[in-house]
Order: sequence, then structure tokens, then C-alpha cells
Amino acid sequence: MDSLSKLEAKSVHILREAYREFKSLCMLWSIGKDSTVMLWLARRAFFGHVPFPLVHVDTHYKIPEMIAYRDRLAREWHLDMIYGENADVLARKETFPDAAVDRLTCCRSLKRDALKHTLIGDWPRYRMDHTLGEYVPDSGGSGGCEPFTGVIVGVRADEEGSRSKERTFSSRDHENEWDVADQPPELWNQFKTDFAPGTHVRIHPLLDWTELNIWEYIEREGIPIVPLYFDDGSGQRYRSLGCWPCTNPVTSNARTVAEIIAELRSGCFAHVAERSGREQDKEDGGGLETLRREGYM
Amino acid sequence: MSTPESNREFMNIVVVGHVDHGKSTVVGRLLADTGSLPEGKLEAVREFCRRNARPFEYAFLLDALKDEQAQGITIDSARCFFKTAARDYLIIDAPGHVEFLKNMVSGAARAEAALLVIDAHEGIRENSRRHATMLAMLGVRQLVVLVNKMDLVGYDLDVFARISAEYEEFLHKVGLTAAAFVPIAAREGVNLTTRADWYTGQTVLERLDAFPMEPSPVAKPFRLPLQDVYKFTARGDDRRILVGTVETGTLRPGDDVVFLPSGKRTRVRSIESFHHAAPLLAQAGEAQGFTMTEELYVRPGELMCRADQSPPHVGTRFRASVFWMGKAPLLPDKPYKLKLAAARVPVRLAEIISVMDASDLSLSGIRTQVDRHEVAECIFETSRPVAFDLAADMQATGRFVLVDHYEIAGGGIVLATSDDDTQTTLADHVARREASWEGGAVALSEREGRNGHRAKLVVFVGEDDARLGEVGRALERRLFDGGFASYYLGLANLERGLDAEVLDTFEVREGRLRRLGELARILTDSGQIVVTTVSDTEQADLETLRALNAPQEILTIRLDTGPRDRCAGLETTLRLAASATTDILVAEVWSELGRSQILPEYAI
Repeated sequence: MDSLSKLEAKSVHILREAYREFKSLCMLWSIGKDSTVMLWLARRAFFGHVPFPLVHVDTHYKIPEMIAYRDRLAREWHLDMIYGENADVLARKETFPDAAVDRLTCCRSLKRDALKHTLIGDWPRYRMDHTLGEYVPDSGGSGGCEPFTGVIVGVRADEEGSRSKERTFSSRDHENEWDVADQPPELWNQFKTDFAPGTHVRIHPLLDWTELNIWEYIEREGIPIVPLYFDDGSGQRYRSLGCWPCTNPVTSNARTVAEIIAELRSGCFAHVAERSGREQDKEDGGGLETLRREGYM
Repeated sequence: MSTPESNREFMNIVVVGHVDHGKSTVVGRLLADTGSLPEGKLEAVREFCRRNARPFEYAFLLDALKDEQAQGITIDSARCFFKTAARDYLIIDAPGHVEFLKNMVSGAARAEAALLVIDAHEGIRENSRRHATMLAMLGVRQLVVLVNKMDLVGYDLDVFARISAEYEEFLHKVGLTAAAFVPIAAREGVNLTTRADWYTGQTVLERLDAFPMEPSPVAKPFRLPLQDVYKFTARGDDRRILVGTVETGTLRPGDDVVFLPSGKRTRVRSIESFHHAAPLLAQAGEAQGFTMTEELYVRPGELMCRADQSPPHVGTRFRASVFWMGKAPLLPDKPYKLKLAAARVPVRLAEIISVMDASDLSLSGIRTQVDRHEVAECIFETSRPVAFDLAADMQATGRFVLVDHYEIAGGGIVLATSDDDTQTTLADHVARREASWEGGAVALSEREGRNGHRAKLVVFVGEDDARLGEVGRALERRLFDGGFASYYLGLANLERGLDAEVLDTFEVREGRLRRLGELARILTDSGQIVVTTVSDTEQADLETLRALNAPQEILTIRLDTGPRDRCAGLETTLRLAASATTDILVAEVWSELGRSQILPEYAI
């Protein structure tokens, strides 16, 4: 087996373990390349099916192509697609850059809080109705949705510092908080699959993958990827996707997956962080650790 | 910083050793000397040290990388990559302090080779030993010992020889052999990537490159811990797919397989895949899915094996070596959850044979518990049979973790089977209970004489819970109307009564069964024919009931719902079709009670 096949097998094993152990399971899909690879791995693990909902936290500041791509794949792949949002803050426009809030505060309300309440189920969720082809309020509406106790997240250890400290199965307390200093051991193929009532577990099938692995796998499997990652002729492409006010493209002429792989192998980004185009990282003391301890993905 | 490419060989290594013996310097030096650092990084750290009037240390490189990582600029130092001509390496962080042992263990469990660093000046210390003990238990067999800071002892090769000899003896005790001992001075770069003129052996890097990649265990007997059974019905999919990761061996469509501990057998029809052609061979390391020629019912957790190869052991007792990381000690008679391959079973510590201090391998005397950071040899007993291998033969299916209160608190390897059935805690419990049984003024034989029949526990088993109850109650009615002492014991009454205080969900099943068995022992002692039902049961459950109900006897009847019945394969006294009329079923049981002389001849 080559390295990519080994990574794939391990991720499939982790996804199946999560599906076996968690009755109320979901997968966070940010529409980016990593979580799309993870979604593909789920289709590999479950033979074309995705037997749990995909959850997207819609900040309503996502680059429009991302939402179009999300809904196209949701229909084509018959995904149980759910999105949640922070309707209050959006209605009051307490967001960056419109209001006098900084990026981090904006991330806290549009992402961290929206994620927390979407997972707990006490804020409204919207679910793709495949017969109507559009989103409808999730059954139970406000306050009535089931909380997710297992949440599959596509973070990679090499993305940024706090993510490198993650375990494959990582517990969060009832406040969604993460105790970095005191994490349970993980031995061989045995993960933490037991959890106290009120807590939930984050599952990270992509922890060992690198940015290059992701692109190599996309090429090998022919996975459809949102076109924002490719140079559209402007000499720029996105290397990491987020909300448009806080995400900048990098200078690159890569128009295909193969060209991105060649670009990464050439080492031209060796000194540029993958998330360097993500402005909020810089405000969080240079990392995401504060946000992530509080429950951000 | 370099990143690994998927077309090159890739090996995870871990650097371990006592705190301050130079692990960070070794890592920093390896990164620098293999050209794996970001451009300008080395110069920047040198310049920083010069300006702050501090002597330059390679260990600072790691701190500098951590700072950068905190700024999101480069990869985490906990996962440093470096390249040699032979392959790419990932160095896994393994803290030296004992407080971080669970982090060290988590990191080392993933490594294929280890570098163990010992300070020549300070000599072998507590964690030099503890870490080697952990490596041995975790199955990391490829090891190079680096005797570091040789510059501090004036490159005295006698010091090197003395430490090497002493440590080699220690390694021998834990069953490890170092591929090499290398005298190094990491700070000076001596013998890490380049050889000093006084040294003729391999450098650390040469020795690492010489390690073979761990061979894929395809030649061993096939083992697939059954992770799950899928039947996704969406969009007309009618496949029933058994999934898991192949730990050892190979399997092809057409091969006969056996599932253990249930012993069920069938044949592989296909290997399933999505987006790729169906594979014709499944082999070690692959996460696969299979369809079978028959749709038999097997539970996740079983071990799927090839019928033509040597089987694993099946039993409820084994001898194991465990290391304990729990905050609370490992105690006898406390329920834990055993996770071995895909099986999850309640387990108890039956006996502590010896407790070893992992740092010096000294043995403690008689012990009643195993404390944090200790390694112990113990006998464990599961509440129902599990399939396992000995770790020495088959690593992946011979190791396990123990869960205490939601957390993985211990890890272990199976050393041997322990099949002495007379020693099981259940048999032990029953023997002790019977020895101190407090009889009343009236003997059971007297009651049976007056009742005109013998006492018996009658258990209906099967997957249709409602049907079991119907037939059970009908039997009770017929016995009562016939003038016999009978009682239908409804399980719901136990759940809300005797079992109400059972809290640990994982133990619920075992706990209920135990209470049912104890209650049956008392009720049958009162001379009655006790009728009860157990749905969705396993052979081991029936054996538990049989043992607990002793010395009275048990009659088991399975109501079969057809070829796909989940309880198919259970060995019971009678097997009757659940679809027959209640009258017929009761009549069948009635005649069996006559045949076995529970009811008098005239009743038949």
C-alpha cells in the first residue's frame, strides 16, 4: 500500500468507528477541499451512502460559489444537508466589517456560537428537502432538534498549531470547551468512544493528512472541488476558503489539480502558511487556539 | 519545511528518553543537518542567540518552530518531517516528563522505530527505563539507543561501553534488542548524520535508514475485527455488507470464513467498493467490506477468520501485561470495559500476579491494586467469551485497552490463555454462595414431594420478545390449572425493581442477567416451576443463567422466527417454530417437562 492508500484506510476506519459508536452523529462540511475529501471518504467507507447529516454553518458571508457548489453536490450525492446560522447577529448586522466589531468577535458569533447552537439543536436548523429541492426548517424547529453527540470535523494537524495537538477522538464538555492539557490517551486503533452525558466528541479522520496529500487524493479519485481553488485567469487562487471579508487569495497560476500539486511540491509556499489568507487567525494572538478551546472547529 | 510525498517511503519515528537528556537537541540537529528546516531559520535562531548573549542551542530551533507554529506560519514542531535519500520521516513528539506519559504513549503507539536518548554524563535514569518498557508493550521493536553528550565525558568510550552494557541488560529484561548503541554529541553534531573520525559504526541516520519498513503481515492468518454490518436501503441498495479493517492475512471471494466467538460459518461472495472496481483480494491494512453467500446474523465485535487457517483463542480468561494510566487505581472486582480489536466486553481484574515499577522493573510484593504508571501482570475475566490472539503471535488482535468511567485508563497485551474454568469468578461466586446457603426449616425435596413435581427454571429465548412472553404466560397458566406451582417472572418487573439502581449502561445487560439468575435460584428453591424469557441472547448468557441457577436445573427453549433469526445457532434443549400456535408450543414444552421427569407421569 502506498502512503495515500494507508491514509485513506485509516480515515475510513475512523469514520466507520464513529458511525458504530455514536447514535447521533453528523459531519461538518465547510465546502473547502479538506472536508470535501472527508465527505468523499465517507462515500468510500459507506459504499456510496452518507448515513449521517452534513452540517454547514452558514455565516452568509461565504463566497457565493461555495453555496452553489454545496447545494449542487447535496442534490447529486443525495446528502442529508443541514445548515445553521446566527440569525440574531445577522439581523442586527453586528458583523465585520459593517459594524464596529473586530474579526474575532465576528467569528465568535457567526461561527463559534452558530456552530454550538446548531450542534445542540436549540437554534433553528434548515434541512434540504430533496423532493422540493430546497431547504425547509428542520423538524421540531426552534428548540426541538436533537443534539449531536458525535461531530466529524476535517481538521488537519499540519494546518496550524492548536490543531496539531488534537486527538483523533477528542472530547468537548457541555460548554463545547476543549481541555488541551489533559487529553485521554489513544492507543493503536482504540479511540475514546465513551463519553459522559452532556459532553460530545469531535472526530478527526484527516488529522494525519497534509495539504499535499489532500490534493494528491483529489487528483487520484477525481473529486469535484469548488473552482475557487484554481486561478481563473487573474493570476490568483484561494488556498484556504472562508468568509469573503476575511479571506484573501494567493498569487498563483495553478489552473488544475495537477498544477496545484506541482506548485506545492515546488516548495514555493514552504514559508507561507496555508491559512495565511485567513485574517482572523492573526487576531487570535497568531493562532486559533483561543477560538478552538471555546469550541470553534 | 519539507512535506512527505506519497510516492516515497514514509516512516513514523519517536524520540524518547529522560527529561533533559537531549531529545530536542537531537531533533533540532536532525532537522538542520538533513536540510529540512525552513530557509533562514537556523541563521535567525543563531542571530537571536548572539543578540541576546545566549549560547546557541539546537533545541532552540524547536522552540522557534513552536513560536512560528503559534503564528500559523509553519508546521507544528510536534510533527516534524525530515527527508533522507532513503525515505521521509515524521518525528512524533513524546514528552519526557512522567506526567505526560499518556501523551508519550499515544505518540509512541504510532511509531515504527524509536530513538532513545541517554545522557552519558547523567547515565540511565528513571524514564530511560520507563520509556523502553512502554515501547516494548506498545510493540515498537526497532530501536536505536543514543548515548548523548559524549563531549561532556571527554568522549570516553569506557563510559559509553558501561552505559551500553547496563542498558542492554535492562532492554533484555523487557524483551527489546537495540539495533545499535551510538555514542553521540548532538550539540556538536557528532555521529548523528556524519561520522567522527574515532568512530567506525553506523551514524544514527544510517542506522535509521537501515531499518526495514514494517512488513505488512499478509502471511499471517486472516483476521478482520468486524466493525459493523451495513444494510443501507436507500435507492434500492439491498447489499448486506460486513465491514472492518484487515489486521493480518488475505481473503478472496469464495473463501470460507468463521466468526468467533459465535462460531458461525459462511463463505465470502464479494469484496465491495465504491467508485473503484470490486477488489479480488483483501489484505492486511485495508479497510474493506464483504458480502457473504448467506445472510447470517453476526454481531459487530466478532473476529472474522478464514476457516482453513489457525483460529484465535476463544475464552473468558487471559493473562496479560497491562500499563495503567488512570487517575484511579486498577482494582479487582470493579467493572471495566475491555476494547480488544472490535469487541467491547465488560471485564474484571480477577488476579494480580505481579506489579512492576516500570522505571526499574522491581517487583512489588502482594498487591491489591495497580497504581498509575505501573505495569502489572494480571488475569482478566470477561463477562462473555471473546476471541483473541496472543500478542507474541499476532500483535493487532492480541492487545487491548481498558476503559474506566468513559476514559481509556490502561493498555495491555495478552500473554497467555487462562482456561481453568473452575477458577472463573462466576463459578467461584456460585461455590461460595452455595457453601454459605442458609436453608429454611423445610427442604426443597419436601416441597417437591408435596407439590407433586420438581422445581425447574424454564427460559424461553428468541428474537421476538412479545411472542416469548405470550407463550411463557400460557405455560404458566396451564401449569397452574394443572395443579402445579408455577410462576411467570416478567423481566419488566426486574428492570423497574431490583435493577432500578443499576446505572452504568454498559453493565446493564450483565447486571440484569445476574439478578435474574440469583432470583431464579431463590424461586426454584421454593419448589416452583419458574417461567421467564430472555430476548436477543447469546450462548454465554444462557451459561451464566445455568451457573447461577445451580444446583437447580434449567430448561431452555428457543422460539425460532426463521432462517434469519438473530438467535440462530444458540444451543437450547428445545427449538420450536415461533409461528406455531400457542397451544402446540405449550404442549411441546409440557411433554419435555414430562420426559425430563419434572412433571409426574400421570400429567402427561
